Amino acid sequence: MSANPQNAYPSAVPVGRRTGVRANVFQGKPASSVTTFPSHPIAEVVVPKVALDAISLSYKATSGERLLALDNISLEVKPGEFLCIVGPSGCGKSTLLHLIAGLNPQTSGKVLVDGAPVSGPGTDRILIFQELGLFPWLTVGGNVEFGMKMKNVGKAEREERVQYYLRLVHLSKFRDSYIHQLSGGMRQRVALARALATDPDVLLMDEPFAALDAQTRDLLHDELERLWSETGRTIIFVTHNVREAVRLGDRVVLMTFRPGRVKQEFSVNLPRPRQMEQADVARTAGDVLDCLRDEINKSLEAEYADEKIR
Amino acid sequence: MKKFAKQVIFYSALLGIWTVLAKLRIWPPYLFPPPWGVGHALWDGFADHSFWIGIAVTMKRMLIGYSLSVVLGMILGLAVSSNKFLEETLGGLLVSLQSLPSICWIPLAVLWFGLTEKAILFVVLMGSLLSVTIAMEDGRKQMPKIYGMAGRNLGASGFRLFWSVLLPASLPFIVNGMKQGWAFAWRSLIQAEMIFLGLGLGQLLMMGRDLSDMSQVIAVMILIVILGYMVDGLIFRTMERRLQEKYGLTPA
Ligand SMILES: Nc1ncnc2c1ncn2[C@@H]1O[C@H](COP(=O)(O)OP(=O)(O)O)[C@@H](O)[C@H]1O
Ligand SMILES: [Mg+2]
Repeated sequence: MSANPQNAYPSAVPVGRRTGVRANVFQGKPASSVTTFPSHPIAEVVVPKVALDAISLSYKATSGERLLALDNISLEVKPGEFLCIVGPSGCGKSTLLHLIAGLNPQTSGKVLVDGAPVSGPGTDRILIFQELGLFPWLTVGGNVEFGMKMKNVGKAEREERVQYYLRLVHLSKFRDSYIHQLSGGMRQRVALARALATDPDVLLMDEPFAALDAQTRDLLHDELERLWSETGRTIIFVTHNVREAVRLGDRVVLMTFRPGRVKQEFSVNLPRPRQMEQADVARTAGDVLDCLRDEINKSLEAEYADEKIR
Repeated sequence: MKKFAKQVIFYSALLGIWTVLAKLRIWPPYLFPPPWGVGHALWDGFADHSFWIGIAVTMKRMLIGYSLSVVLGMILGLAVSSNKFLEETLGGLLVSLQSLPSICWIPLAVLWFGLTEKAILFVVLMGSLLSVTIAMEDGRKQMPKIYGMAGRNLGASGFRLFWSVLLPASLPFIVNGMKQGWAFAWRSLIQAEMIFLGLGLGQLLMMGRDLSDMSQVIAVMILIVILGYMVDGLIFRTMERRLQEKYGLTPA
């Protein structure tokens, strides 16, 4: 129903041409039956699905001075790629996703989708917020239907797609429930269904599984991976959990803390489907973590410093 | 249930003191009627339909006047909350106008509309418009920003964003102001009816005075309290509680 065949490009563009050092550490062979991309480069240039061109963004802090949240970030995401962004809390991950979603204007630089600059929200890029932002005045079904209503999709088709996506996230029975009646994992799945139902090319996910117990999270990882490989969508997935990033991503981008910059990129060439507990996932995550440690320390120091001021 | 028992005891005691005072005949009965006198007045009023008609007329005015003020107040509140210039100018004026008791609008209403239904509705409107406007403005400020962002993210904009997202999202924050607006409208209406004398509970109150019928005066006062409390305490408070539960604002 929502497969985008034009998204199933064989990927070719090497990672991190513009910024950061490409650390191609892992040589595991991909299971080509699941992964859309062969890991070996093909000499063919593909227009990136999403490209950030020297993005900077500063917030006006309460003290009046400006806080540089994102500093000169350039990044290209290939069509159909599963990109994970990791960084310590407060490094600007959410800001970056809001910006790609067009909810937050950048101070300088450009956001390009399919090579064309964008300056506002668009239903080709749907963000699943860190706080979810599900509408409590609507039922589960009403939430899933919302984006389609705004796109003026006909009633019959809406009905069909609501059913389809609720089945996909195993929530058919809860169609008429309200959000406050659901558990955390169920809410997460409603948010996923609501986003998918608008049929976006790019799915932006902001720490979607951070608040879940390990079992529910593993289940949703599997579902998300299956969904992604079936539909060929581009996913930009933000997390502070390195292991989760390695478990899911084709590529992991590391961000620095204040100002937010791209520190380094890792290609993950482990075969899919993967598991969080897998030894090679753990090993890879360990290497990424080594690289991230400085930033985490900086983040913690900043937090303690904030505390002292108060 | 314990609270209910306390209330039963309290009201029984109140009735008891009232009865004793009436029995002692410190004041003449036409100035201080006994409880059963007021009971009679209530019975008679409902039996000859005058109370029913009064309630119906008053409630109809309330509904019309209040609905008007909700619609206008929402538009005004929205305008003020979404425009910096309006907020700094009109917003300030509205707050200062709130210090004007609604009864002060009566002379103006009479000169504009004469002793008509329109004039009564105008007073009700002015009595509650300001608090609804301010509630709307506050509600939009208190509303979590995430809903607006989620709405825009899913393709809503303009009027649809307001109608399907911003308005429902701010409901739990404006319901309190709506309740206040209702209370102001209720007071303004009774005041206006006492002066305009066009049926309604306010007129029944004045009629009691003209006939020196203290029992009727007290009976109508009781009616006004009960009706006002029923709407405020039962309808609005239930709505508020349900909304807060649904929107996850209270640990349910
Ligand atoms: N609306 C805002 N106004 C001012 N500062 C903000 C705002 N949103 C985020 N920030 C600041 O920008 C930085 C990055 O925030 P955020 O993108 O939420 O980080 P992350 O998602 O990585 O935890 C933080 O230091 C945060 O305090
Ligand atoms: Mg965040």
